[in-house]
Amino acid sequence: MSAVVTILAGTMLVIGSLFALVASIGIVRLEDVYMRTHAASKAGTLGSGLMLIALAVYAADLAVATRALAGVIFFLLTAPISAHLLAKAAYEAGYRPCADTKEDAMAEVFPQKD
Amino acid sequence: MTSLFLINILMALAWAAVTGSFSEINLALGFVLGTAALYLIREQVGTTAYFSRVGKAFNLAATFVYELVLSAWRVATIVVRPKIELQPGFIAYPLTVDRDFEITMLANLITLTPGTLSVDVSADRKTLYVHCIDVPDPQATIDDIKNGFERKILEVFR
Repeated sequence: MSAVVTILAGTMLVIGSLFALVASIGIVRLEDVYMRTHAASKAGTLGSGLMLIALAVYAADLAVATRALAGVIFFLLTAPISAHLLAKAAYEAGYRPCADTKEDAMAEVFPQKD
Repeated sequence: MTSLFLINILMALAWAAVTGSFSEINLALGFVLGTAALYLIREQVGTTAYFSRVGKAFNLAATFVYELVLSAWRVATIVVRPKIELQPGFIAYPLTVDRDFEITMLANLITLTPGTLSVDVSADRKTLYVHCIDVPDPQATIDDIKNGFERKILEVFR
């Protein structure tokens, strides 16, 4: 039983940290702030969520587990909102999307100042 | 709908009072038993809608987690490619949902799904601006959201 729990928690920790690593590589490699937000909000959320669930599984204590799960839920609630606000603020501040950007439906709403 | 949920919680409290233990596990057991009781009398008191709605809510949550895993995987495969070739873009998504919390929910779901990130809502709440990391075909992306998440949200909250 305890061996299974340890292996399960360990696997989730490793996968979670791999996703966190990928998120940070994405922030370095992708071209503009909008694409970087994609990496940070998705891979980052899954990575941290998996690590918190690993903690909940490993702790085998209801008080710790509920707090870890509450952490996961708050991650899921806050990550999209912060990503959304970052992207919106960047666009309104006049940060242009990178040159590869094919189509820009927002240009009509927020005309860019030159 | 809400009142049935309240009744369910009251039944959980009653169970805890009768069995004399307000521990979390006993409360959870009481809640499950209350749900079972409500399920047994679903035809008489009209709780069928309650259960189908709960089922749809679970379905929505499961879709959400599945899409999150998928999107993280997709970002991961994009990021580790030796050469990143993408066609990012902003698309205007026409909203069918019109209540504030439904828009919020849809926007959050869109953000956590593969390749899309909601950026802004127009002042008249009819258009959601979405940034896509790779959109060869904007209309296909719009249709995906329309037939996927937006429909599910409408099913749960309408």
